Amino acid sequence: MNNNPELYAVEMENIVVRFPGVLANDHVNLTLKKGEIHALLGENGAGKSTLMNTLAGLYRPTSGTIKVFGQRVDFGSPGNAIEKGIGMVHQHFMLVPTQTVTENILLGLKEPRFFMNLTKYDQEILELAEQYGLRVDPAAKIWQLSVGEQQRVEILKTLYRGANILILDEPTAVLAPQEIDEFMKNMRLMVDSGKSIIFISHKLHEVNEVADRVTVLRKGVVTAEGVSMEGLSKRDLAELMVGRTVVFAVKKKPQQPGEVVLSVKDVFAENNKGVTALKGVSLDVRSGEILGMAGVSGNGQSELAEVITGLRECSGSISVNGQEMANKPPITAIKSGVSHVPEDRTHVGSAPTMSITENTIMKCYRIPPVGSRLSIDFDSAEKLAIELKDEYDILAPSVKTEARKLSGGNLQKVILAREISSDPQLMIAVQPTRGLDVGAIESIQSLLLEQREQGTAILLVSEELEELMALSDRIAVIYEGEIMGIVNADEADVDEIGLMMTGAHAEDLV
Amino acid sequence: MPRVSIEKRVEDVPRWMPAATSIFAVVAAFVIVGIILRLMGGEPFTVARFFWDATFGSWATFSDTLVKATPLTLVGLACTVAFTMRLWNIGAEGQFYMGAFFASLVVLIPIVPPESPRILVILIMVVMGLIGGALWGFVPGVLKARFNVNEIITTLMLNYIAILWNNFWIFNTWSDAGFQMTPTFEKSAWLPRLSDLARQYPFFSGMTLHGGFVIALIATVIVWWVLKYSKWGYEIKLIGDNKEAARYAGINIARNIILVFMFSGALAGLAGMIEISGVVHRLQERISPGYGFTGIIIAWLAKLNPFAVVLVSILFGALIVAGREIQPSGLASLIQGIVLFMVISSEFFLRYQIKFVREEEPGIEEVRTA
Repeated sequence: MNNNPELYAVEMENIVVRFPGVLANDHVNLTLKKGEIHALLGENGAGKSTLMNTLAGLYRPTSGTIKVFGQRVDFGSPGNAIEKGIGMVHQHFMLVPTQTVTENILLGLKEPRFFMNLTKYDQEILELAEQYGLRVDPAAKIWQLSVGEQQRVEILKTLYRGANILILDEPTAVLAPQEIDEFMKNMRLMVDSGKSIIFISHKLHEVNEVADRVTVLRKGVVTAEGVSMEGLSKRDLAELMVGRTVVFAVKKKPQQPGEVVLSVKDVFAENNKGVTALKGVSLDVRSGEILGMAGVSGNGQSELAEVITGLRECSGSISVNGQEMANKPPITAIKSGVSHVPEDRTHVGSAPTMSITENTIMKCYRIPPVGSRLSIDFDSAEKLAIELKDEYDILAPSVKTEARKLSGGNLQKVILAREISSDPQLMIAVQPTRGLDVGAIESIQSLLLEQREQGTAILLVSEELEELMALSDRIAVIYEGEIMGIVNADEADVDEIGLMMTGAHAEDLV
Repeated sequence: MPRVSIEKRVEDVPRWMPAATSIFAVVAAFVIVGIILRLMGGEPFTVARFFWDATFGSWATFSDTLVKATPLTLVGLACTVAFTMRLWNIGAEGQFYMGAFFASLVVLIPIVPPESPRILVILIMVVMGLIGGALWGFVPGVLKARFNVNEIITTLMLNYIAILWNNFWIFNTWSDAGFQMTPTFEKSAWLPRLSDLARQYPFFSGMTLHGGFVIALIATVIVWWVLKYSKWGYEIKLIGDNKEAARYAGINIARNIILVFMFSGALAGLAGMIEISGVVHRLQERISPGYGFTGIIIAWLAKLNPFAVVLVSILFGALIVAGREIQPSGLASLIQGIVLFMVISSEFFLRYQIKFVREEEPGIEEVRTA
């Protein structure tokens, strides 16, 4: 088909993948040149992961052909794909926490056979890691590693198996900002030494920064096929992705906040490992106000959300509309009109094998019209779910669909729909837009602003400073469990917030 | 030459398919048993005839099968309730014995005089059976809820305590002339049997099926309703699916662990009461040939569906009855084992599909099979 078969590492032609009721990939073409970073861009549910899972041998396409280094392939299993040098790093890591890096990398290989001789392999892996600048201690146990380091282990795993083509599925979604920079450098190093990389993302600035070419998918169809990144702006990419011009700045109306709804005073709490995670946090959130909470994740944000919603024990005082909330069971917060969009959508926010309907009624099944004295009226539950599905534009075959089958963005919409429909007094939203695509982020941000206009007090935890600046009335910066300062969003200076995020007190900055 | 390839299913299987594969697995199990019999020099068709005659062949034998299915249904339901919440109650055996013990107290202490009307005695026995089982569920429930003690260990251990507790009383206090059994209860403590009607309807003569079967069916409907339509059932399912999400939804997990354990125990205790009042008519040693453990298997084979529990229990009841009729009696256990093995392996067809791929075709075209 092409004149220079030497040029391409991967050629996918006319790939069709059909799932029941969904055409996930509709005659998709994608070519990966040797030694390039190729970005695969698209909204949640656009078919990016499906396409890459076909390349990695997890799915078999309904029709279409795949060539790897010019050779026709038909993968029946991921093992076949690995043999051809294709390695995929998934969003969710598959590592054994109690074993060392080396043990995890060797897991499932034919060598070593019986005697492990780990030191020899430690050395091998260390050399491999150094070659690509992937810093990690081979003898460390997985549970001791940060998420970024675990990701490096996953990449090393594929490299050790001889992968020449790496598929990275949203690798930056789990990384902290400083880790992302290092990760970008690693990717460069890898392509410089002859690897080819497909990089799935929906963060436009990253794609802009690192990719050589880009393929954009929208609803299973290619809207840009292997276009060179040169001369493409973020706005162009966004348009290709969502099919309309995206307005990046959502509009926040000026509004006078009302009474104090949430008042946190001198709260201390421990995290799951028994380490003090909150050290005397005090803050107020008023009705009709969004208090943004900035900070690198893991500095106590999730613990704060949990003590307010009754999921974690603490000392100090937390009151909602004057009612004491600290160390009360979660039901107390729910009944006083506190809604919570948890950080972990899949492990906390939803029940995986239950339907959208059953996930929708999680907070309201106790009260009419869904709940009566003993039983649940599933007809009205389903009616509610269908209403919310339409109103929040949740894409799913029906409300009977299991939650685990929804894409991240749609699952988040189910959770938001549930939390907003309870008509909350106070809303705790932790990273509500993390890992979502431009379209979903925008609609979730407008939903939050709508809530603000209706007089809900909102505590918004986010790592995206742009988002906080756009949505919040005030921004509190948290570092190692302490509030470094609270500033008005209008007067806030990004550099100052950045400094506070790394441990400088607001007073010291003046 | 088409190549066979095995792939993970991406689409949901049709609704009828899980049931169909289970039935097919059972049939296949019987075929395999037949082959084994043949290889051993037996005559599978004669054995099959005997098996059929002994279990479903006539109304009288079918009644025997249902008698065995009755306690199995109740312990199966007990496990179903607990397993739905992912609470591993393997103590139905002990709860069964405690239910039997408490129900017997009604007669042995006695709580009501033996000449009381039957309906009253039975009713109090039912309540006592429920209480006994629930109490034996309460203990591991509290240990799990308050101290996070592994329920598998506690329920397993409590089984032995319950059995020995029973033995103590029947050897020591209520022994009938030194035998390890109490004297036979007064008729007022007997669940009515079909054979009681033999005087009016000779058809029923010799039929041992008792009112306990009706109680088991009522329990089935109640468990089905609770799990499917009640708020409590929703909480149980939510906890079973994702405990963290349930906590986040404001559900009191500790309270539910205790309540579900008590509910599960009460069902098993009811089975014990029914066995006492409907079959043995006294408290004695070894009233259960391991019903509580069979209940675990039944709940799994029924895929935690209460109505399927009844059907599986009838099959297993038939195997117990047949085990008494066919020699060697181990044959029934053999069938039980193979059925279990086949049904569990048939899950494979629900998760994977087999495709025949023709290699020489351009592109990928395939013939799908189920």
